[in-house]
Amino acid sequence: MSTVVIVGASVGGVRTAQALRANGHDGRIVLVGAEPHLPYDKPPLSKQFLAGAWEHDRLALLTEEEAAADGIELRLGVAATGLDPVARTVELADGTSVGYDTLVIATGATARPSPWAAESGVHVLRTLGDGTGLRAALAEPGPLVVVGGGFIGAEVAATAHAAGRAVTVVDPLPAPIARVLGAEVGRLVGDVHRRHGVETRFGTGVQAVSGRVGALEVALTDGTVLPAGTVVVGIGAVPAVEWLADSGLELDNGLVCDEFCRATGHPEIFGVGDVARWFHAGHGEHVRVEHWTNAVEQAACVAHNVVHPEEPVQYRPTEYAWSDQYDWKIQIAGRPNRATGFELAGDPTTDPPRFAALYRDETGRLSAAVTVNWPKLLVAARRLITAGTPYEEGLSVLDKLIAPVSAA
Amino acid sequence: MAKLTADTDLCQGYGNCLTTADDVYDIDDDGKVVLLTETIPEADRARVEAAARSCPVKALGVVDG
Repeated sequence: MSTVVIVGASVGGVRTAQALRANGHDGRIVLVGAEPHLPYDKPPLSKQFLAGAWEHDRLALLTEEEAAADGIELRLGVAATGLDPVARTVELADGTSVGYDTLVIATGATARPSPWAAESGVHVLRTLGDGTGLRAALAEPGPLVVVGGGFIGAEVAATAHAAGRAVTVVDPLPAPIARVLGAEVGRLVGDVHRRHGVETRFGTGVQAVSGRVGALEVALTDGTVLPAGTVVVGIGAVPAVEWLADSGLELDNGLVCDEFCRATGHPEIFGVGDVARWFHAGHGEHVRVEHWTNAVEQAACVAHNVVHPEEPVQYRPTEYAWSDQYDWKIQIAGRPNRATGFELAGDPTTDPPRFAALYRDETGRLSAAVTVNWPKLLVAARRLITAGTPYEEGLSVLDKLIAPVSAA
Repeated sequence: MAKLTADTDLCQGYGNCLTTADDVYDIDDDGKVVLLTETIPEADRARVEAAARSCPVKALGVVDG
């Protein structure tokens, strides 16, 4: 009976375990997780959980009953500390080890730590523990300064603003979300803060953070000093591969995998989720994606490839991410930051707005879409992108749902 | 046969269900899920369950019918 060990009990690991059973794997499945909690879902941590609308139980990804029903052995509260790919064993923090026939590495990414030290009151947001701490901090009065205007920072700002806190978002880039959406659409979408009365200091860096909770000071590179009760630092995440440092596996901005999500030189080791940098055959390059849907889709592909090694499937998804900020539902399919041009549709000026940007790439295909408050259009565009639809043909299909308002 | 459930209050229009099972799920103009059928044959169950599991807000269910 073959044993699959999955290291990492967040969405990628859990979904791999479930999909293995769905694919007919009848051997052991051992799910190893560093945190003591039952597996939980992370996207609500910056939204419903942070707002106090949802409690811990609403975040459950896998209950003990569901694990038992699927025969998933849980080893929670024990981090993996090492890997011996020759002996095929994973070493655990409690001094024990677990042997595998197939290993799935799904350890995710950890929040990039704050480079600015203060006595207390500076938070990152990645885990349930982080979320619980930040939620308690937001219950106290005093302004909030969010460092980092990416998705996490923007969602925290929106949640705190809705809770009545004075919020300022700081980012060294003039349009932070432009990293993902391109300059012009990035400006339109990044305007969400100003339109909701949240102050932004974009194009300004942080020099230092000092003080303690309730009495912090954030010194900016332009000389301004912002007072803060709480500071949140959302400046990205780094793949959690330290435990593999001595394993001999190829590590380069994550676990390097082939087009079937197998670690280089190790057909019995797979990568899933934020930690995996695999060869996307559609893009012709290695990519690493830090989004929920990617973890779920990659888990399904890996489970197939574990159970059917003789007929592995390439993992070549259309990227998809969403972010809920204030009353704006932002959805992104494909890779807008690689586009060569785009057209805008809908109306960004209404309140709330409903608009979309539809992007083309250098091959002349519809390659990406960004929508605000327009889920139906996003679904249609995502389908056309996946099908490799030529740009003009894609637009004419989508035209039935939209009336383009401008071209760029 | 298995029976499908969908909670349109929970649904946020993320659309993941349609990428796996657009023969079963659709989305309306308000961005809410629409069930195209109420029941599915057992042969489709694994695929539709995978589609339901891809819902970020657990709005979808597949139950014995």
